Amino acid sequence: MKEIFRAALVIARRDFSAVIFSKTFILFLLGPLFPVLIGMAFGGIGEKITTDSLRPVVGLSMTSAEAARMERAYQGLAEQIGPENLPRLRRAPVGDPRVLLGQPDARYFALVSGPLNRPVLTGKAGDLAGLEGDISLIASAALAGEHMPRVRVKKQLVSASTGAEAQSRLFTGRAAQFLIFFLTMLLAGMVLSNLVEEKTNKVIEILAAAVPIDAVFLGKLLAMLGMSFVGILFWGSAVAAGISLFAGPSLTPPAPAIGWPIFLLLSAIYFTMAYALLGSLFLGIGAQAATVREVQTLNMPVTMAQMGVFFFATYAVDHMGSAPEIAATIFPFSSPFAMIARAAQSATLWPHLLAIIWQAAWVSLIIRFGVTLFRRHVLKSGQAQKRSLFRRRSASPS
Amino acid sequence: MAQAAKPNRRASAFRRCSKVSVCVAILCDYQERMIGDIPAPNSTYAVEAHGLVKTFGDFRAVDGIDIAVPAGSIYGVLGPNGAGKTTLLRTLLGIVDPDEGRRSLLGDSMPLRQARAIGYLPEERGLYPSMKAAEAIAFMGALRGLPLKIGRERAREMLTAHGMGASVDKPIRQLSKGMAQTVQLFGTIVHQPRLIVLDEPFSGLDAINQGKLEALIREQARRGVTVLFSTHVIAHAERLCERIAIIAGGRVRFEGSVSEARDQLRPQVRLRTRSADGSWRRALPAETVADDGAWHFDLPDEGIEPLLRALLDGQAGIESLSIERPGLHDAFVWIAGAAAARRMEEERAEEATA
Repeated sequence: MKEIFRAALVIARRDFSAVIFSKTFILFLLGPLFPVLIGMAFGGIGEKITTDSLRPVVGLSMTSAEAARMERAYQGLAEQIGPENLPRLRRAPVGDPRVLLGQPDARYFALVSGPLNRPVLTGKAGDLAGLEGDISLIASAALAGEHMPRVRVKKQLVSASTGAEAQSRLFTGRAAQFLIFFLTMLLAGMVLSNLVEEKTNKVIEILAAAVPIDAVFLGKLLAMLGMSFVGILFWGSAVAAGISLFAGPSLTPPAPAIGWPIFLLLSAIYFTMAYALLGSLFLGIGAQAATVREVQTLNMPVTMAQMGVFFFATYAVDHMGSAPEIAATIFPFSSPFAMIARAAQSATLWPHLLAIIWQAAWVSLIIRFGVTLFRRHVLKSGQAQKRSLFRRRSASPS
Repeated sequence: MAQAAKPNRRASAFRRCSKVSVCVAILCDYQERMIGDIPAPNSTYAVEAHGLVKTFGDFRAVDGIDIAVPAGSIYGVLGPNGAGKTTLLRTLLGIVDPDEGRRSLLGDSMPLRQARAIGYLPEERGLYPSMKAAEAIAFMGALRGLPLKIGRERAREMLTAHGMGASVDKPIRQLSKGMAQTVQLFGTIVHQPRLIVLDEPFSGLDAINQGKLEALIREQARRGVTVLFSTHVIAHAERLCERIAIIAGGRVRFEGSVSEARDQLRPQVRLRTRSADGSWRRALPAETVADDGAWHFDLPDEGIEPLLRALLDGQAGIESLSIERPGLHDAFVWIAGAAAARRMEEERAEEATA
């Protein structure tokens, strides 16, 4: 075992230096900036779309005075509950609503006609279902006008609220889960193509003769993990510095049940585990591929599988203690995601110890399985195989 | 002879119920691979193999090979292309496991356990193109347990002594093919192994570098290192090897010293006479052939004297008479060719039976 780790560190060191001292590493470090920029740009547009364009427009096919009362009532309600929670109102000609909605230049979801005390909402059944309550509320407010009673709400502050705390912790759990998934998805896929370099350069023969293939796999994983931590440290420091400089402590997410120091430590461990689990699997699969093209073909199913695991874990967060949640903590690939969410919501520590041992055992088992496949199908070792994994016929010996 | 590998009983039991306990079997295989049996100490052979078989699909690349390389010797594995030389070396080194048979390197049936004492130059040369020359050598040493610092120092010394001092910090991609090969060779010996395995080490090298490599192999052997190399270029083996194995069709066709290999063929007699015909012609062996104005035939069992007497008595007018001992090349062609012919016969017989 000691020899495997020694050899793994030699390989990890080589891989780590090769990546860190390459020019492309700058791109790797700047990589997360691109989605952030795109997110900011499209987020702004998206917000505008959500608040303006996507809100249904309801035409007011009423007399001018009644339409004005509706608009005033809308303004008052929008100030109270926010415009995004109400449909947009626009004046429309007075006439038969069915004819008006049929006109080619009609730009309304529905039309409100008739007197204020008996408004008629015309539109398609599906559209009306969501609008009926809103229009009724606006029309009621319009009828009540200035006489609508405004009840004042008195605030009473408490130092602790179990319900609110649970909600906040759920948020923290979800955030950590998403972050770990996002990082794992970005980084674990990279190991798919990791052994292609060795196979292309024929270095694999030297490695296979000198060290156990387990050490090669472990070394590759360690190198990429090290690289990931450099990226995470870089971006984590940048984000932390940005928050402390511009936003202050108000942006700190709600404290997890287990406390921040242990939660952060567990986050690092669960990221490592999630990465190692998926990474070892991808390395095993990718090692079977002979060319970059084969690796590229593998990317899609691999990403989809990751998404599936993540959705499973996300679903489980909302159902602490339920059968799906327990299944998510046991299933090795979703276990790190489910367990970090658990750490945010429950202060019990021992399940984490169990989970880490369980996940580590699976990492070693997957590596072993990948190594066995690699020896059999790529190095053509072990019992003679009629067919390799990606080739229809077994390759001829040299 | 080294002790045979005794498979772990527990691992074998698990394998029998493989479908149920695939994972456990994998772990047991791992345990066996890493722990293995106890190596036999102080073997007089650096490399031993008995009944080694390796198949790829239906093709038997190595077909029951027995080999024993004396410690401290230079040993050549000769064979035509596709004879199974590379597969044999890969199987001996543990890169691939044999389907049948036993192997032992430096007295250990688990070659990887002796990795620190072995150097291996594969047939297909492999280096990381972006790595610097000295770093590549140190890395290959580090894989086999040599501390990187010492590896770097030795790499610089070796490269400088070889006239490649200017290339120490150059990336491999900037080196010529021959230089890159030299770097890889130094990487093979930087950790000062007790056994060096070289697969077709001379291929791709120019005459000067081939000479340097021969000197290096001799130097290693002088220091007590066992050198096992494969080649299909006979001249190198003839100059370097104390013992050779000629393999063809995955089987050993000859094993012994170079001299013994040459003795496989009878010495050749070359006779040129002034007289074209006469009673002396009856004294020539039946299989004598005439070529380029001379007679060629194997040295008769009874020696040259009776023939010489007949030539003199028959007034043949001897212009020249030479007895040439066949070279290793002739022996190799004869042995490998005979083996190929035998193989063809066997295949024909198998087909007929089928």
